[in-house]
Amino acid sequence: MKKRGWLTAALLAAALAMCAAGAAAGQAEDVLAKAARICMECIGLG
Amino acid sequence: MGRRARKAVQAAWAVLTNGWVRGFLPGGPALYEGPLKRFCVPGMNCYSCPGALGACPIGALQAALTARHRKFPFYVLGYLMAVGVLVGRFVCGWLCLFGLIQELLYKIPTPKLRIPEKVDRPLRLVKYAVLAVLVIGLPLLYRTGYGAGEPFFCKYVCPVGTLEGGVPQVLLNSVLRPALGWLFRWKMLLLILCVLASVFIYRPFCRYVCPLGAFYSLFQKVSVLRMKVETSACVDCGACRKACPMNVDPRRTPNSAECIRCGACVQNCPTKALAFTLAGKRLAPGNRKKERAR
Repeated sequence: MKKRGWLTAALLAAALAMCAAGAAAGQAEDVLAKAARICMECIGLG
Repeated sequence: MGRRARKAVQAAWAVLTNGWVRGFLPGGPALYEGPLKRFCVPGMNCYSCPGALGACPIGALQAALTARHRKFPFYVLGYLMAVGVLVGRFVCGWLCLFGLIQELLYKIPTPKLRIPEKVDRPLRLVKYAVLAVLVIGLPLLYRTGYGAGEPFFCKYVCPVGTLEGGVPQVLLNSVLRPALGWLFRWKMLLLILCVLASVFIYRPFCRYVCPLGAFYSLFQKVSVLRMKVETSACVDCGACRKACPMNVDPRRTPNSAECIRCGACVQNCPTKALAFTLAGKRLAPGNRKKERAR
């Protein structure tokens, strides 16, 4: 595999590991909690 | 895949990710609250859009950075990195509702503005400043009296939130209308400017402002989905450059940070010298090696 291929693979592995670590720490629930309510700031009322 | 196929994918993706029909019914449950909202969509798509079935990645990132009990946003950053490494700005060209809206506005038959390169180049850097300052820096550093931060980009700039979230929510919920103030007027002004600019300039928000496009662009040179020029087949006719709506020269920089992988250059290349590659394997438009062998 070329140098760039290794870099891509390493970045992807790091990204997936971060995602899994975040999900294990309950961060997916934080995303859900925010996204399930109207975001007043986003719509210009906050 | 042709231009029509791309439009079909863009439209289908927009419907698929905003298919919570009950959210659009007056008096119905306001937003989708199910498990899919644990996941971010890859493009700019406000999670306050009444039909949204997923979360906005920039909104989710800002929410994590502004939380009172701040944690490093592993989940959202990991997700954004994974999307960037896999497909880069393909998301902008194929899977972003706001990108599609801008493209449709550009179809309105008016004289079009071509921004001179001297102005265009520095303006393109603005999106990186937006990402660094408004999405990450200020939400991280500024704290209100209650200990939480402010999502500066979502609150003061994002026209996507105004168009997909603000306008329909205000139209559907009379309860929200008395709360309209200067912030809503300011964001409406930005939205109107963005809409007007989109009629004359191809995807102005994506070119100059979008922090998500800026983030994905960082991975264009290493992404799994890439563009490749076969120099031996290129006749240097310049057709690809003329066809590129983002003013990229694919012959010189096929994996430019500005390329949204729309494929216009691939379709217009008379010698099929340009192609998408996936993990090094050539995709459309056909395998040159096979053609040569015939």
